Amino acid sequence: MARYLLRRLAFLLVSLGLASVVLFALLRMLPGDPANALTAVGASPEQIAAARQAIGSDRPLPEQFTHWLGQLANGDLGTSFVSSLPVGPEVTSRLNVTVPLTLAAFVLAVLIAVPAGFVAAHKRHTWYGALLNGVSQLGIAVPVFWLGMILIAVFALNAGWLPAGGFPPDGWSEPAEAIRALVLPVATIALVMSASLIRYVRSATLDVLGSDYLRTARALGASFGRAMWRHGLRNASVPVISILGIELASTLLGAVVVESVYALPGLGSLLATGIAQHDYPVVQGVLFVSTLAVLLIGFVADLAQRIIDPRLRGRLSGGAR
Amino acid sequence: MRLNKTFLYGTATAATLALTLTACGGSGSGGSASGGTWDKNATVNIGSLYEPQNLDNTAGGGQGVTEALNGNVYEGLFKLTDDGKVEKLLAEDYKVGDDGLTYTFTLRDGVKFHSGKQLTSQDVKYSLERVIADDSQSARKSNLEVIKDIATPDARTVEVTLSKKSISFVYNLTYVWIVNSQAKDLKTAEDGTGPYTLDKWTRGSALSLDRFPGYWGDAASNKRVVFHYYKDATALNNALLTNAVDVVTSEQSPDALDQFKNNPAYKVTDGNSTTKLLLAFNNRAKPFTDVKVRQAVSAAIDDKKLLQSVWGEYGKLIGSMVPPSDPWYEDLTKVNAHDPDRARKLLAEAGYDKGFSFTLDTPNYDPHPTAATFIKSELAKVGVDVKINTITSDEWYTKVYKNRDFTATLQEHVNDRDLVWYGNPDFYWGYDDKQVTRWVQQAEEASTTDEQTELLKKVNRKTAEDAASDWLYLYPQIVVASSKLSGYPVNGLNSQFYAYDIEKKG
Repeated sequence: MARYLLRRLAFLLVSLGLASVVLFALLRMLPGDPANALTAVGASPEQIAAARQAIGSDRPLPEQFTHWLGQLANGDLGTSFVSSLPVGPEVTSRLNVTVPLTLAAFVLAVLIAVPAGFVAAHKRHTWYGALLNGVSQLGIAVPVFWLGMILIAVFALNAGWLPAGGFPPDGWSEPAEAIRALVLPVATIALVMSASLIRYVRSATLDVLGSDYLRTARALGASFGRAMWRHGLRNASVPVISILGIELASTLLGAVVVESVYALPGLGSLLATGIAQHDYPVVQGVLFVSTLAVLLIGFVADLAQRIIDPRLRGRLSGGAR
Repeated sequence: MRLNKTFLYGTATAATLALTLTACGGSGSGGSASGGTWDKNATVNIGSLYEPQNLDNTAGGGQGVTEALNGNVYEGLFKLTDDGKVEKLLAEDYKVGDDGLTYTFTLRDGVKFHSGKQLTSQDVKYSLERVIADDSQSARKSNLEVIKDIATPDARTVEVTLSKKSISFVYNLTYVWIVNSQAKDLKTAEDGTGPYTLDKWTRGSALSLDRFPGYWGDAASNKRVVFHYYKDATALNNALLTNAVDVVTSEQSPDALDQFKNNPAYKVTDGNSTTKLLLAFNNRAKPFTDVKVRQAVSAAIDDKKLLQSVWGEYGKLIGSMVPPSDPWYEDLTKVNAHDPDRARKLLAEAGYDKGFSFTLDTPNYDPHPTAATFIKSELAKVGVDVKINTITSDEWYTKVYKNRDFTATLQEHVNDRDLVWYGNPDFYWGYDDKQVTRWVQQAEEASTTDEQTELLKKVNRKTAEDAASDWLYLYPQIVVASSKLSGYPVNGLNSQFYAYDIEKKG
């Protein structure tokens, strides 16, 4: 396991290195020039040249790249072209919104989806099993911004229980306000996420229910609950963990729509603004941090699968049986 | 239906891009002087779609920084009132020499910066030099480059010498913030003389201002102002409906107005706007080199129907680049008015009796796509085929504005007094009329405002008759506020939003 850990860690670092090259290069392939976004529309060529020099976009690309890597090595994400503020603290302040939002939504989605998916599979011949299945299918079709608008209309505009959007400017130093601000966004993401998770849990459970080892365990005298707990759940959780990892990773940046509907200053909206303004340091910073997060999530998911399923331990990555 | 998803990417860049060539603003009164007592220590929450890019208006701060800081945190020698009048602010008095080239300003006594330093003539010199410096990104740079010399004979006197006469000089000064010459960082911090100090700017979320106890003039009518920033107009309206904000600086979602209009808890005001929606022809590109083709296209489009479909009962029709609030306004809506028969006749005269086809570069955010579709259907009726090419605002800047690689485009021009761009043959739309260029120059070097107004009226009429562009309509400037508020600016012209007179009932 120690050797596996080392190899997996090396794999993570190489991936991160490659990803940073790719994201740096792709960003430079966008049409347009960051100096445009910085200068007023009446700007003269001299003003644009001055802006270009100020942000360093006139220097050769390899030089810009090594400069960025040098900064990264020192834990510095650079300075925004547009706001002149350092990117690191900016990303951190956005993570303070996005991480609690994503994690809370994720936990809630798992708490809904695992029992619901199990029931939908185990009781698929009853009316409520079929109903759960139907609801989850419907849930997949619901656009996240639509659900957000409905929840706002019901719980904020009509009932007045929760704020319709925004996040306290002082952030978590007003914990009650911050939590209230996140209730509806968390519910929105969790509901949409659980709809698709239910389907995965259901199909993984169905596989297990029809498996030989479960039948054997039952034949050897184990109760259904005990057989499920000792063998079924373990086997079913391996593919589900893969999906969970992907869902968690995509929500980190995919929350941009929810952030927009609820006016939350999250990572996704920082990225969207950064791209629109050609603010390379911001875009690079956000993508670098989120790439790192995604790789770490993959790492943890792989590790969790190997702890659960010893058969996988020889493999470097992935969890399909 | 106007979906606001486009706002996600739209407004962010629209804020930097919208043609902020000059800025103007409003003070004055919003709503009526309502009865009852108001809270001197109130916090006013303002909702806006325009977050600053940074805090410096000479470093690309964008329209958001004008909205939040102009007049509130920073002051100029002069200020522009709600009806477009120029008033003295930090300048107590000024004299113009007989040659019209020397301006002597006397500064108000006892003015302190937020850092505690006394305002001196050195600060004014420094602030002016900042705007015209090589690396300045101020939209006013080109206007103020007529400054030849700035002298400071004593601490309260500034003498500015111009290289040629400039009737708009004092007006242009309303846009120059007087900053502390010893301030270190003006992009992420401030040091102005205004009635508020900057408390905190949380990017992506809010910017808060506190009443400045050492202010030289009348103290602000409220203790604290917080600008809350939204990317989505619906989210902003929801904030107003749930009392998270008290006022929305500029309503961009016409569909939402009904829920406020019929509710006594809110007031909707329809002020004077200077934002014009233009179908801008490339006057250098065929077939728009031909005046008859431009006139025909202008006459073929029913502007009134377009305005109604976008804004309902709000907004105004204009026949030229000049909004009613500019001094040289004239009602020219009858020039090249909607008349499809005339359009067909003009096209035939120009040799296009079988019509023609052109590409319309359309920015991808509201209302441009709607307008483009409408124009396409209108022009189809006279045999002209429009190909809509949707582009981002960044592409617009590079392709249309810089490279002039376009035939026709749509764009909103937000500023007052921007008729003068038709006198610049190098501007993106390439309108080049020697007479107009001369009139614009003469107007700028005029000795009296009457003379200036007279000349610009000629420019106005000539460009309208030439159909230099097609001015589709003038946007409305709609402010929606809680009925607890009064004293807010209703014209907010382009971007300014003076907050110091806002009174909030407890």
